[in-house]
Amino acid sequence: MFGRLTWAAIPFDQPIPLVAAMIVAVIVLGALGYVTAKGWTPYLWREWITSVDHKRIGVMYMALGVLMLTRGFIDALMMRSQQALAYGAPGYLPPEHYDQIFSAHGTIMIFFAAMPLIIGLMNFAVPLQLGVRDVAFPTLNSVSFWLSCTGALLVNLSLVIGEFARTGWLPYPPLSELKYSPGVGVDYYLWAVQISGVGTLLTGVNFVTTILKVRAPGMGYMRMPMFCWTALASNLLIVAAFPVLTATLAMLSLDRYLGFHFFSNDAGGNPMMFMNLIWVWGHPEVYILVLPAFGVFSEVISTFSSKPLFGYRSMVAATLFICLVSFTVWLHHFFTMGAGADVNAFFGIATSVIAVGTGVKIYNWMFTMYGGRVRFTTPMLWSLAFIVTFVVGGVSGVLLAVPPADFVLHNSLFLVAHFHNVIISGVVFAVFAGYAYWFPKAFGFRLDERWGQIAFWLTLAGFVVTFASLYWAGLLGMTRRLQHFDVPMWRAPVLWAGAGMALSTAGVISQFTQLFVSIRNRAQLRDLTGDPWDGRSLEWSTPSPPPAFNYAVLPQVDGEEAYWTVKQRAREQQGLHEEPYYEDLEMPRNSPTGFICAVFATMIGFALIWHIWWMAILGGVGAYATFVVFAWRDVREFVIPAAEVARIDRANRSSRQHALAGYKGPRL
Amino acid sequence: MATGEGQRGEARGQLPAGVPWARPFAIFGSALWLSACHGGVLDPKGVIGVQEKTILLDALAVMLAIAIPTIVGALAFAWWFRDSNPKARYRPEFVYSGRVELLVWSIPILTILFLGGLTWIGSYQLDPRRPIASSAPALNVQVVSLDWKWLFIYPDQGVAAVNRLVVPAGRPLHLSLTSASVFNVFFAPQLGSEIYAMNGMVSELNLQADQPGDYYGQSAHFSGDGFSDMHFDVKAVPQADFDRWVAGAKASGPTLDGPAYAGLARQGLIQPLTYRAVQMGLFQSIASGAIAAGPGPAPMPAAAPASMPMSGR
Amino acid sequence: MSAIDPSLPAEGDPHHLGHGHGGRRQGEGGIANKRTIVGYGFWIFLLSDIVMFSAFFAAYAVLAGQTDGGPGPRQLFADPSNAIIETGCLLASSFSCGMASLAASARMKLKFHAAMAVTFLLGLAFVGLEAREFAQMVADGAAAQRSAFLSAFFTLVGCHGLHVSIGLLWLLTMMAQVVAKGFRADVLRRILCFSLFWHALDIIWVGLFTVVYLIGSRA
Repeated sequence: MFGRLTWAAIPFDQPIPLVAAMIVAVIVLGALGYVTAKGWTPYLWREWITSVDHKRIGVMYMALGVLMLTRGFIDALMMRSQQALAYGAPGYLPPEHYDQIFSAHGTIMIFFAAMPLIIGLMNFAVPLQLGVRDVAFPTLNSVSFWLSCTGALLVNLSLVIGEFARTGWLPYPPLSELKYSPGVGVDYYLWAVQISGVGTLLTGVNFVTTILKVRAPGMGYMRMPMFCWTALASNLLIVAAFPVLTATLAMLSLDRYLGFHFFSNDAGGNPMMFMNLIWVWGHPEVYILVLPAFGVFSEVISTFSSKPLFGYRSMVAATLFICLVSFTVWLHHFFTMGAGADVNAFFGIATSVIAVGTGVKIYNWMFTMYGGRVRFTTPMLWSLAFIVTFVVGGVSGVLLAVPPADFVLHNSLFLVAHFHNVIISGVVFAVFAGYAYWFPKAFGFRLDERWGQIAFWLTLAGFVVTFASLYWAGLLGMTRRLQHFDVPMWRAPVLWAGAGMALSTAGVISQFTQLFVSIRNRAQLRDLTGDPWDGRSLEWSTPSPPPAFNYAVLPQVDGEEAYWTVKQRAREQQGLHEEPYYEDLEMPRNSPTGFICAVFATMIGFALIWHIWWMAILGGVGAYATFVVFAWRDVREFVIPAAEVARIDRANRSSRQHALAGYKGPRL
Repeated sequence: MATGEGQRGEARGQLPAGVPWARPFAIFGSALWLSACHGGVLDPKGVIGVQEKTILLDALAVMLAIAIPTIVGALAFAWWFRDSNPKARYRPEFVYSGRVELLVWSIPILTILFLGGLTWIGSYQLDPRRPIASSAPALNVQVVSLDWKWLFIYPDQGVAAVNRLVVPAGRPLHLSLTSASVFNVFFAPQLGSEIYAMNGMVSELNLQADQPGDYYGQSAHFSGDGFSDMHFDVKAVPQADFDRWVAGAKASGPTLDGPAYAGLARQGLIQPLTYRAVQMGLFQSIASGAIAAGPGPAPMPAAAPASMPMSGR
Repeated sequence: MSAIDPSLPAEGDPHHLGHGHGGRRQGEGGIANKRTIVGYGFWIFLLSDIVMFSAFFAAYAVLAGQTDGGPGPRQLFADPSNAIIETGCLLASSFSCGMASLAASARMKLKFHAAMAVTFLLGLAFVGLEAREFAQMVADGAAAQRSAFLSAFFTLVGCHGLHVSIGLLWLLTMMAQVVAKGFRADVLRRILCFSLFWHALDIIWVGLFTVVYLIGSRA
């Protein structure tokens, strides 16, 4: 009846996971109870859970990302503290638990923290920047989001029911084959990633279509804000790379479920093929994350330098260059597998070549600041810290790309330090910058600047101390994923890394404090103008928060910095362009399709993990029925009457007019 | 998993007991900063490691020559052009410059061209398969990674050792590696290059220990719950001592035959030991798959399904 | 910023970055019509599906020689007649699917249903023939568990077969929807997507037939 699922799956005898699970359960139930008691459920259902508004979905992606980032950070804390205590001692986490933690840490951070955060920013900002009212497929967008939630839910469920993979965040066979990993851990990994991967793929399809086919009149390709370009590149990579992940994990699933021999030791299986296939996805994945991050930095640096982005065309070229070359470098993840010198040299050089595109970007950001008026707000601080630390990460990356150097650094903590160096400074800093930058647009009030800066300095300090220590440990020959060790010289860097984590923890706490303080002081932090940073792209022409329809009338784009041009003209003429003619607007109706679909996907995933076949079939039938019901609906849009559109737009115009009157002219 | 438990228990028993909370923090002192220079990949003791360190530092120097001015420049630009600096000239029209473009593309390209040359030459020079030029003949060692121990077979001497690689100093080593089960990486940081040990395949690695000494070796690819204990000692000794060690090994210890290997292939930890003799063609049989891959975790009793998670050992 | 003359095309771009052409021409933005957006988006999705197949093709190419002493492509595909009939079914179904599209754009319900029914029967015949081939292979000791080559074969061909089966379910759904809702704009867009899907499966099958059966029979 319940396949492999028995009471033994719940770790009653394991205090750490049991207590953690109970705390999580109490928090979740408490939150649900509070929401119910307050009577918020109908509101949440109507306005958020079933929402197909790209802004709301963006916010929900960010919330999911922040939640999972916190979970992943707690995993990191456990790993670092375990190692700090495990010199010549067993520490407090036995290997079978520790191995799950580092596997979960990587999986969660990449798939359920970084991806939702980046996709969240794209969801929120791209349609606004393109000057349109929504993405190409709004309901599909909701499906994507909820499928990501399914994946995240399954990973976290493994904490309570069963176990998670003990194979690392990429389950290399043969270790991940049924023979060496007989538990459900790898199955949890496979289905969580597979289901959320479908969501990500649909996001890719949605955004490629949106950026190529749904733009405001006049928004030519070379007029798109840089963030839209990088989002386009990232989504093209999603479309080209995620199917390879799907296929690869499907092959591993077939091995595990039906005894196929893709990657098995026997019957001609080829485990090395898994490494090739997974990194054909895996390396572009790095750029899927980091390219939109580069876009955020481009927006932030240009805005807070009060200058257009320097070398726009170069930036576009560099983005597409990185996009293309990212598919030719995967082999650098296993130089030490004994491929020939020619193969290694080719992939080593290809890898270094990517640094050219990145280098160009760094210099263009520098020259964007040159001749600007740089305002050191929180987003700008993150961007500057990114430039400095990312250059260091790039250096260590190119070092690893030199095969003979990689021969002594592969899989060491130097490598761990390198990719955290680039992903934290590249992606996480960008997310924090984008969060502070677009927060007022999303919620109508700014984030507290003082707490933002405290969080920035603490996080930066923690990051530097932690990963400088890990670079050092790697140079001392320490390999990754050690549950305990007894080499004396590794002890100092491991302890320093632990100390760095303490600082980072303070940074995390400050971030949450900033959010709470900002919500408490939202009246003082209110953004009445809709343009708190003197922005340059179209999203800043909308009120904060923007209405459901974003634009009362689709903007006509005449130049590269669509909003800046309009704003400058208004400043010179001391007046807005004349009031447009308002019409009734049709917007897509909210739909529970995404949510219900995800409920069935969760059922399918859980059933397949535990071999509960009837439940999997039931879930499949349910998901299909959901789509049919969706396809059968007759009313797809709702109408916002012209009067309502006019009311909202006039309020925006009046606040703009007010701001214009207060404008003192450029300081020269 | 009885064997595994027993072996693990033994290994654990030898480790010092838990460290009190206060003690780790005493180590932040400077003494360890100094000792940190010993060991590791920046303190190589073999010709391969020395060359790799040179390439590492050369590449680093080339890049720092570009990276440091870039970092300083970025911070300087940001600071000078700060909003509150009245001396800085606001030039919002400065958004394109052919000369700057040329510069920003050519600096990274030139750096990468230079590094590309280094990469190309280094990849050939330090190809793990490339024999080390030496007047002394290379010593052949066959390496098998098992769950979770290392087996070193000396085919020419007819002996074998577990978790201890004894080699003559100053003489090239030619390693052939395979795995009995999952992937592992052979890595002795002070000697140089890592290489994967993979089931069904044989990889090759040439290394050398220049001077006698004890060097740390480990698996550098996660291979399961016992991974952290999957390390080995490299003992580089003068040739005469090596010969004596071989003679000693031949005179004692068990024979590595089929049943002995099957025991070794079961998951678990083990103390270093030597074998007086090795079954003919054992390495080839493991590498070709003629001997089935290691059994993995022992099946659990029916009452507790295989999915039983963090069951304590 | 100097005074802005709206008649100059380069007004928002004083430094001529990125566009030497003024005015709002094709490719200068503007929202495409819904049918274009849907077709375009679905085509992007199909491209991703083709990428997924290419991964299975790659795995097949790598593992084609790994028969582990079991039957190899040459023995199994010596007689490609079954695959040729399958190909015929699928190509013919593509033709009838095209007829259904034409009927849909002409709003002719009867012709649409007739063409869709033919497409369904041909597709079903394809799936049936494939299932029969698979069953025969399993009975002959050439199951997917026998060797890496057979694993790759069953996955590659089976994945295509699964696509066709899902396509059949979709086809029936579309017929039902036309009955229930008529040729509404959204229904027509879905018919467009379905026909794109069906033709894409043909393209994949052509590659599959060549790589697996034709080259296999001569390997």
